[in-house]
Amino acid sequence: MEILSALFAFLYQAGDAFAFLVLAACGLAIIFGMMGVINLAHGEFIMCGAYVTVFAVRAGLPLPLGIACGTLAAGLVGILLELLVVRHLYNRPLDTIVATWGISLIATQGVLILLGSTMRGVGTPLSSFTFGDYSYSQYRLVLMAAAVVVLVLLYLIFNKTRFGVHARATIQVPHMAEALGVNTRLIYCLTFGLGSALAGLTGGLYAPTMTMVPSMGATFIMEAFVTVVVGGADVFLGTAPAAAVLGVIKAAMTSWQGQLAGQISMLIAVIIVIRVLPNGISGWLLRERG
Amino acid sequence: MMTDARTSGSLLAMSGLRSGYGGKPVLQGVELTVEQGTIAAVIGRNGVGKSTLMKTLIGLLPAMDGAVTFEGRDISGLKPHQRAHLGIGYVPQGREVFPRMTVEENLKVGEMIHGAKKPADYDRVYDFFPILRERRKQRAGTMSGGQQQQLAIGRVLVGSPSLILLDEPSEGIQPSIVQEIARIVVELNRSMGITIVFVEQNLEMIRAMARHCYVMDKGRIVTEVAPEQLNDRETVRRYLAV
Repeated sequence: MEILSALFAFLYQAGDAFAFLVLAACGLAIIFGMMGVINLAHGEFIMCGAYVTVFAVRAGLPLPLGIACGTLAAGLVGILLELLVVRHLYNRPLDTIVATWGISLIATQGVLILLGSTMRGVGTPLSSFTFGDYSYSQYRLVLMAAAVVVLVLLYLIFNKTRFGVHARATIQVPHMAEALGVNTRLIYCLTFGLGSALAGLTGGLYAPTMTMVPSMGATFIMEAFVTVVVGGADVFLGTAPAAAVLGVIKAAMTSWQGQLAGQISMLIAVIIVIRVLPNGISGWLLRERG
Repeated sequence: MMTDARTSGSLLAMSGLRSGYGGKPVLQGVELTVEQGTIAAVIGRNGVGKSTLMKTLIGLLPAMDGAVTFEGRDISGLKPHQRAHLGIGYVPQGREVFPRMTVEENLKVGEMIHGAKKPADYDRVYDFFPILRERRKQRAGTMSGGQQQQLAIGRVLVGSPSLILLDEPSEGIQPSIVQEIARIVVELNRSMGITIVFVEQNLEMIRAMARHCYVMDKGRIVTEVAPEQLNDRETVRRYLAV
């Protein structure tokens, strides 16, 4: 029973880390993988989703509907930002980094000025359960399920829908997709919107577990980038396996040496991966497959 | 305007067309009218602007000056995807299939020609190119050059185009397959009435397909030769020899 309890604790922590990494990274990975845009404002889209979710819940909506509002709001802001800023900077990766960084600063400071340094959040829903020696939050299980559902939905969107086929054609040979009748500008815009909406969803899902501060996006951004760097440009062949590997590493190091060791071990893992697989896990898998 | 074009039988017309890269024109004022239902070849040496012409017709290169008229309508200001929606299918040099997508998914993209308004007819594509049916779950990047060329043609055929632009269809393909592709393209033209404009240097392919043959030099159409004249060594030396 002792071993079983320890094993469950480890699996729960690894699953929790996996969910966090997948949800934090998938929007970033889609925008980077599909468009080559490194979106430094990713964390602020997460913050946007979280704030809108909290407002909606405090206005009386049930949490799932609140999260839907947060997702939608972040997606719309993303589309707007694509139209106003990002669209003009394609093929200029460094300029995009600077521009999105600027947007991130404006968003963080703007929220700080308008809403103050902290805001009352909503409590974590559901209760806890006990397994062996420890007790666990049920809501964390919901988050794990959400991560898996998001991956499955993304897989279906990109492989089974017309938008998905057009989006993949657009990443692979953009001018040919355009010449065959795909409105590639629209695809880029919708893809950016999808990535932003996923960030909003992440913010909404984690809002009940976090303190609502304007800089809350920073909590996600480091681990999101780590996951995307390790995974490479492909969401399914990259982000998911990277999150699984990093989740296990982080959970193992955290339970052995504590939180700080968990964070450090992830950074060391990135350095090793960049050294061995410069294009990340997905780059390596795709090269192996020819 | 529209009826004029119909009665005169022209499907595609270029007038004073200039285009090129980085402000330097490669096309120096192309004048050419392509009749509805024909197969027109544009021939010429390397570097005279044949591929540039095809890219300008589909809109991947913007025209600097002059006009492209399709079905009586000036399309010079349209984006490539808008031109495709009017029924123009572009088969580029080097095929440019989507390498990490299956044959079937590659074909699916072509449905957008005509703006996906015409129902896609996969069976017809597979009847013309049986190899595509056989390999429809295979990733396009793993196929041979000849198979990719068939896929690139099949990919526009799915959308029932009124005009197909073929850029050097024989390039990098074995001679036996060149003949096969030429036969199929002629058949597409004959049975479905699709107008074909192609640029090519391979004499065999030009002779097998062309009904009109225009010679391009230094960014202009300089003359028309009858396809039979291409049996004449002197003519060939003058217009095609490097």
